Amino acid sequence: MASQEIDALSASLSRLPGLGPRSARRAVLWLVKRRETALPQLLEALAAVRDTLVECAICGNVDTQNPCGICADTRRDQRQICVVEDVADLWALDRARLFTGRYHVLGGKLSALDGVRPEDLSIGALLERVQNGGIDEVVLAMNATLEGQTTAHYIAEKMDGMPVRITQLAHGLPVGGELDYLDEGTLAQALRARRPMAG
Amino acid sequence: MALDRITLSTFRNHRESRLDGSAHFNLLIGANGAGKTNLLEALSLFAPGRGLRRARLPDMAGMNGNGGFSISAALNPGDGGEAVILGTGTEPVRPSRRIVQVNGADTSAISLGEWLSIGWLTPAMDGLFTDSAGARRRYMDRMALGIDPGHARFANRYEAALRERNRLLSDDREPEAPWLDAVEMQLSEAGAALAQGRERLIALISAVLDRLPDQPFARPTLHYVPGGPSDQQMLATELARNRRRDRAAQRTLIGPHRDELEVTMAGKGVPAAHSSTGEQKAMLLAITLAHAELSSDGRPSLLLLDEVAAHLDPVRRAALFERLRQGSGQIWLTGTELAPFSEIDGEAAIWRVSAGELERLS
Repeated sequence: MASQEIDALSASLSRLPGLGPRSARRAVLWLVKRRETALPQLLEALAAVRDTLVECAICGNVDTQNPCGICADTRRDQRQICVVEDVADLWALDRARLFTGRYHVLGGKLSALDGVRPEDLSIGALLERVQNGGIDEVVLAMNATLEGQTTAHYIAEKMDGMPVRITQLAHGLPVGGELDYLDEGTLAQALRARRPMAG
Repeated sequence: MALDRITLSTFRNHRESRLDGSAHFNLLIGANGAGKTNLLEALSLFAPGRGLRRARLPDMAGMNGNGGFSISAALNPGDGGEAVILGTGTEPVRPSRRIVQVNGADTSAISLGEWLSIGWLTPAMDGLFTDSAGARRRYMDRMALGIDPGHARFANRYEAALRERNRLLSDDREPEAPWLDAVEMQLSEAGAALAQGRERLIALISAVLDRLPDQPFARPTLHYVPGGPSDQQMLATELARNRRRDRAAQRTLIGPHRDELEVTMAGKGVPAAHSSTGEQKAMLLAITLAHAELSSDGRPSLLLLDEVAAHLDPVRRAALFERLRQGSGQIWLTGTELAPFSEIDGEAAIWRVSAGELERLS
């Protein structure tokens, strides 16, 4: 029988993505065994996150400073904005350090069924950023799902007439992928999005 | 023969059943509830998907087993090479997860489709011509899937986009035009692909049916009636034009979700829905056979025909067996008695099924 405190901790941890009650109990036991070493470290890290983390007022990224490290970085290309659904997508893109511009986090995707409307996302703020000028290109990096693509088309239409280039991530053949193993839908998409080769 | 050395372990009412020495024609005879259809269902699981009952996997595990089931068979690939061992089933710890093995190695259910093609006709499909148009659309989509595995993706995407549009149209607030534009763009893309897939399917099946005589086996004429333009741009334009009307109706009134498959009996020109029970059965069989021929595509094929002989008169029955005899696919038939199968009882492998037990008759 576990104490009330341990139960409460297990219950909180069990709600973390990918955990669940069984893994949460295992994590709690592990922490209890290391309450002199690992537990203080974890407490400190949690407190630091609670006290310092803020949402960037410009792009919606989560960081310890506002504007966030990416928006404040003057070496980044100020004329490019990459629009993503969630912070996780921003981090995924930035981990690879391939995109040198700045970001804009929408905070979700349009879904009539789930009741997510344009005003629930930071689309207005994005349009404002573009209208304020100084932006050459907006990269729409939405997921290839129905809602993701609906959101991308919606934003593209809203920006119609603004003096920016609107681009979208390519869909199709993955790098290192073999045609033989691809499903028809992906192959068809790759074929539609084919491009001329220099040479 | 295509499938042989078939074993069923704790599958529905079969505790341990084994079938050896299969032939071109395979006949399962037994009373109602003996476990004949269960056997066909087990065979249908050697195809991707949920089998011929579209049942849940946990429901397939036998009552007195440990909560899982397993089915295996040796597939003769028809190239003279060694047999391939196919296996599928569930484990008691995860009764909802399908395990598929080819020659002992785990693989996906989809990959079963690379080895053989399976078609079936069950009494549950008997009412197809008198049923709702939705049932016939699902029937078309299932058949289209056998020819183009990508078809399911368009059907799912279309359904999802349609639900989004209908939700937007039934909102109290006037839906924002760019949002509708964005949804309709996806709706028309998936919808055009869906409609073209169905159109292609019906054209292919019609081409096979056209080669058959009108009699003695009833020959159906298939007519695909689109519920909207099958061209993406035209569908998008029509959807945009119909917004006011659709908003009043609170749903989308054009598009492939309004498609219809009209079937008439060739020669007589009578709609299939007004034909006799036996004629309807004969037409369904003709479509099933044509589709089996189309989708086998060089693979060994299996045709599972549950209770088909009972509704057919002797002349049609003879014609059916003659057609099946000419095909290369392996045939599995069920019936409550032997008499209707007298035409083939000399060449068929016959088992008696009772209470989930098998007895080889000939």
